[in-house]
Amino acid sequence: MNVHPNSLRNGPDDRGHFGIYGGRFVAETLMPLILELEKAYNDAKADPAFHAEMNGYLTHYVGRPSPLYFAERMTEHLKGAKIYFKREELNHTGAHKVNNVLGQIMVARRMGKKRIIAETGAGMHGVATATLCARFGLECIVYMGAVDVERQKPNVFRMKMLGAEVRPVVSGSKTLKDAMNEALRDWVTNVSDTFYCIGTVAGPHPYPAMVRDFQCVIGRETREQMMAAEGRLPDSLVACIGGGSNAMGLFHPFLDDKDIEIYGVEAAGHGLDKQHAASIAGGKPGVLHGNRTYLLMDSDGQIAEAHSISAGLDYPGIGPEHAWLSDMGRVKFLSATDDEAVAALQLCSKLEGIIPALEPAHALAQVMRLAPKKPKDHLMVINISGRGDKDLDAVAQYLETKK
Amino acid sequence: MTARIDQRFADLAREGRAGLVTFIMAGDPDYSTSLAIAKALPGAGADIIELGMPFTDPMADGPAIQAAGLRALKAGQNMLKTLELVRDFRKTDSATPIVLMGYYNPIYVYGVEKFLKDANAAGVDGLIVVDLPPEEDEELCIPAMQSGLAFIRLATPTTDDKRLPAVLKNTSGFVYYVSITGITGAATPETSKVSGAVARIKRHTKLPIAVGFGVRTAEHARGIAEGAGADAVVVGSALVDAVRGSLDKDGRASAHTVQAATALVSTLASGVKSARRMAAE
Repeated sequence: MNVHPNSLRNGPDDRGHFGIYGGRFVAETLMPLILELEKAYNDAKADPAFHAEMNGYLTHYVGRPSPLYFAERMTEHLKGAKIYFKREELNHTGAHKVNNVLGQIMVARRMGKKRIIAETGAGMHGVATATLCARFGLECIVYMGAVDVERQKPNVFRMKMLGAEVRPVVSGSKTLKDAMNEALRDWVTNVSDTFYCIGTVAGPHPYPAMVRDFQCVIGRETREQMMAAEGRLPDSLVACIGGGSNAMGLFHPFLDDKDIEIYGVEAAGHGLDKQHAASIAGGKPGVLHGNRTYLLMDSDGQIAEAHSISAGLDYPGIGPEHAWLSDMGRVKFLSATDDEAVAALQLCSKLEGIIPALEPAHALAQVMRLAPKKPKDHLMVINISGRGDKDLDAVAQYLETKK
Repeated sequence: MTARIDQRFADLAREGRAGLVTFIMAGDPDYSTSLAIAKALPGAGADIIELGMPFTDPMADGPAIQAAGLRALKAGQNMLKTLELVRDFRKTDSATPIVLMGYYNPIYVYGVEKFLKDANAAGVDGLIVVDLPPEEDEELCIPAMQSGLAFIRLATPTTDDKRLPAVLKNTSGFVYYVSITGITGAATPETSKVSGAVARIKRHTKLPIAVGFGVRTAEHARGIAEGAGADAVVVGSALVDAVRGSLDKDGRASAHTVQAATALVSTLASGVKSARRMAAE
């Protein structure tokens, strides 16, 4: 890694801050655990044996590297930039989530933790956590909003099949933010034996940095693969953002390549003037779930209920490093509505024979806008962060109501 | 003002008894009922009032206090009204300390400087902010103490001897010992374990120690005050449950709501007060 004094890749500081964002806003009960985790992670990061073991699993269990695929028919259709898909949906468990979970489970094992808890929205992080807990013989409890349990049934069944206990969360809005509250409550209660495996680049330090580091394999591979395919780096990167882990994994290794345009795509739900999940576009800085970041909330600081057709983006916050990169203008934040995401999912399925998840379909919707404006030699990479099987019911229902 | 808290603990020490700290959620089930409850608490035996600032996402609270916060928000409670409630309370009571308890986001969004100015003006004495550990002291703790408010820190079973000095460093008013690892209202603490913890914290500070989380009955309260040597006992979820239990089927206050709260507080107060008397005999 080329890390320079003026690099955008040096964050966070030793207290977990990216500019004013990040930090460690947790109850005292958890603070000693977070400090212990930070130490364990730093030790692991410095241990070549840790990386060697992780790389072995990434190759043989996860199935990395994931292909960088030239989306020829999408490119012809949009008549502009040359579009490449980074195919994270081909990973074991069907999404990018497994990259992070593998890393955290290996840290948990080093710490001697036997009980793993996780929150999940769409269920992909829950499935990845259940999978690795099965692989390593660990107890696994997944908190999932009751609304999400209903709209992501196949993933609930997968988690149970893998031996995990899925606990539906009925408090608050019954979605991802409430699942995270409940996981934190579990952690506060079961401090001695429990490891909290957070699914995105959010939460108290060191989670945003640790999850980012584990996801950076996406961007590192993309650099190498694009050099092999085209002999140069891409001109632009596009990824969807809920908490933002697939996006951060792709973006981070390119942050210091100043000429590369970087686009994050938030979920605009029913529209930015209605109910949505776009924290940067419609939120302001606040403190929730252990970090300061952009949040959707009212003028009293009460957290708003987000809405997106995609359960994985249905969160009223965003990772603190994204908040920082947005403020300084390094990453440009756009959004796509439910309608646009479903249309993009349909187009991609028909043109490329790839059914993307609703989450990356948001990024695809912006690719459909951005690509036609670019010249034919512009190389655009989009992270296809997950596959769409889990969403077929939701999409079918949605299309039914639109008839 | 820290002075009101210091005065109250000095009085308690002179009387040779432990204090009773009662938690209610501001605006639960509505503004005027919660004001009436707050005004009735000292007469029922509460020595200090903790007033919850409602928040949508209280990550360290159990179902009882979560629900109380949502009831209050639904009834239109917000930070302005919580401060107004303190002002209204102060019109008739200038002695009972009031500590605001909650989470950082509503304060951060209100604006720290403005919040401290308005809280002091309203007659608030101290703050307990669950999600601000010593690592984030610059956010609110230090400005609050400079403004004259006490910043009351939570110490927990995971706060070991190595960490205690950092936790106690910028603490004033009293120390709130969270007697269990867990959320509010969940488990009942074992008196013997609490006793060891109180003794351990007392080796590090001269501040009074209040013990809370999981205290529900007069018996518990007496055990914590007598057996564990706490300077005060905090009761929250049980009181919030008593309020909830008095509501009509639509969740509105009934004719019994204030009385339900004061009846429980009277019982708890008798438990706490009997403790030191017996210990002193």
